[in-house]
Amino acid sequence: MTSLLGRWQTWAGFGVAAVVLFGLAPALLSDFRLSLLAKFLCFAIVAVGIGLAWGRGGMLVLGQGVFFGLGGYIMGMHLKISDAALAKQAVPDFMQIAGVKELPAYWEPFASPLLTLLAIVLVPTVIAALLGLGVFKRRVKGAYFAILSQALAAALAILLIGQTSVGGSNGLTNFRTFFGFALKDPVNKKMLFFIAAAVLLIVVAVVRQLMQSRYGELLVAVRDGEERVRFLGYDPANIKVVAYVVAALFASIAGALFAPIVGFIAPSQVGIVPSIAFLIGVAIGGRTTLLGPVLGAIGVAWAQTLLSERFPSGWTYAQGFLFIVVVGFFPAGLAGLGVLLRRRRKKAEPDPQPDPEPESEKAGATA
Amino acid sequence: MDVLIGQLATGLSLGSILLLAALGLSLTFGQMGVINMAHGEFIMAGCYTAYLVQQVVSSAGTSLLISLVLGFLVGGAMGALLEITLIQRMYDRPLDTLLVTFGVGLILQQIARDLFGAPAVNVVAPAWLSGGVELFGAVVPKTRIFILILAAVCVAALATALKTSPMGRRIRAVVQNRDLAETSGISSRKTDITTFFIGSGLAGVAGVALTLIGSTSPTTGQSYLIDAFLVVVVGGLGQIKGTVIAALALGFLNSFIEYNTTASLAKVILFVIIVIFLQVRPQGLFTVRTRSLV
Repeated sequence: MTSLLGRWQTWAGFGVAAVVLFGLAPALLSDFRLSLLAKFLCFAIVAVGIGLAWGRGGMLVLGQGVFFGLGGYIMGMHLKISDAALAKQAVPDFMQIAGVKELPAYWEPFASPLLTLLAIVLVPTVIAALLGLGVFKRRVKGAYFAILSQALAAALAILLIGQTSVGGSNGLTNFRTFFGFALKDPVNKKMLFFIAAAVLLIVVAVVRQLMQSRYGELLVAVRDGEERVRFLGYDPANIKVVAYVVAALFASIAGALFAPIVGFIAPSQVGIVPSIAFLIGVAIGGRTTLLGPVLGAIGVAWAQTLLSERFPSGWTYAQGFLFIVVVGFFPAGLAGLGVLLRRRRKKAEPDPQPDPEPESEKAGATA
Repeated sequence: MDVLIGQLATGLSLGSILLLAALGLSLTFGQMGVINMAHGEFIMAGCYTAYLVQQVVSSAGTSLLISLVLGFLVGGAMGALLEITLIQRMYDRPLDTLLVTFGVGLILQQIARDLFGAPAVNVVAPAWLSGGVELFGAVVPKTRIFILILAAVCVAALATALKTSPMGRRIRAVVQNRDLAETSGISSRKTDITTFFIGSGLAGVAGVALTLIGSTSPTTGQSYLIDAFLVVVVGGLGQIKGTVIAALALGFLNSFIEYNTTASLAKVILFVIIVIFLQVRPQGLFTVRTRSLV
């Protein structure tokens, strides 16, 4: 991939990102802004996965809220159990109010921190793999896949709202500790920010490696010409499932970080609208690039916070217009604008290489 | 036995509601391949049309009849406008169309929220639709029977129009082979707009009908949208009979699962059943066979 940066530039890039995230941000931002940024980093982690599956793989993943929610709820259940154990109580506070005396059986495994972390990784992986194999092996259409992902998001949100044993529509709230550290303490909040930043850097590194590998080439090939890849002897279904599972895993990890950072996880983070909202940052930043989704997601989340502080209903309009303008008219996002400008600047010179940017026109059409 | 008949009646009623919501989609998504996420907001527009008409026309019966016609026109006009401004530019990018129309849907929802407020509003059903009818020992509300009849009328009208009218012939021609239709002198642009008008108009009609059985809020349409899409997915693209059978099947399944478990679990079980069903028939129940690889 010539469009990705070279080795030295990569190291330099990671170095700059590390300095910004670990040095500048904590020094310059107030505790409140820092934990806001930590929340945005969670969205950025989801965005990296979407960039891989949607931008590179052409799969419109509209149900990322499902995996985000699974990770968040698994982490949330663990946090609630440990809080209850610290307070020497058999069940978390919201169950006491509801009059529940005994912990439901499916909560039991999440008392163990190790099982919780395992579940955050394994549960979304298994669900995404099963659904992905079921859909892609049978060559179900890309449009059907998009609708099924939304249906899954809607179904899970409705299921969660109906379950009082996970807090109903309020979800899980009021976390006090995170693996033994008091969440009220600003030092521990800073620690959570550092964890989110480290996870983001790791996730970006993983996806960069995937994009540069033979697998990354295959994934783009599947997006642009699935039948040709099949005729070359590969199974496009396997290639797609891997990207889908990676995206799901990232979303789950992000959700697991989101719960302690923001202090709640609720069905409102799981449904169709939040699931699709994850995509707008990716689209703005440039869905086919590595860093576009990260910067786009952080930028959009920042804008949302600023705008909705001042005009509550303004953000919904802005979000709607962003979807229409960016996806409709600038499918390559801001990264695409950059390429366009560069090309215009040296339009006198002949293009030495074939276009390294994938045809974003087709990016959505062949899933 | 009574329980079974009661469930059958509930299922049939739910199926007819799904059918009404999905019928327009079977045109725009099924025939034209456009995933229009704003379809739910066209349904919502139909609901608010009924609400507004009732503010002007006090007689509930008259206002229902006016609303049905006006709902069709309002939904259709919104659909045609959307087709002309946005969708026609993106026929080669169906998945991007989904996101763009999702954006349109968000804006329409917010407009409704600003115009009518977030709390739900109610439309009074006409007196001749109040009460219920006893069918084999189960009491079915008359409003639901009205929706069942309305759905049947809409299906019959749409099927006849597609099959016999010159306009229907043009629509089918463009769907089956756009280039050949153009060569034969059919304006595919005009036909696309017409198809979209009818499909979206049916959403408006569905919206008017839904006001009879529930209250209207800005998110009313959205809540029906995904179920309606699933109906078209299960039914298969391009054929109305697939949509009809799928809507009724999903309606029955939903009401039976819901009866045996809970409403929230039923959605998840139904989802799993649909994914398994797509293993057997990835293209849905009925499909127009082509030699295309995609």
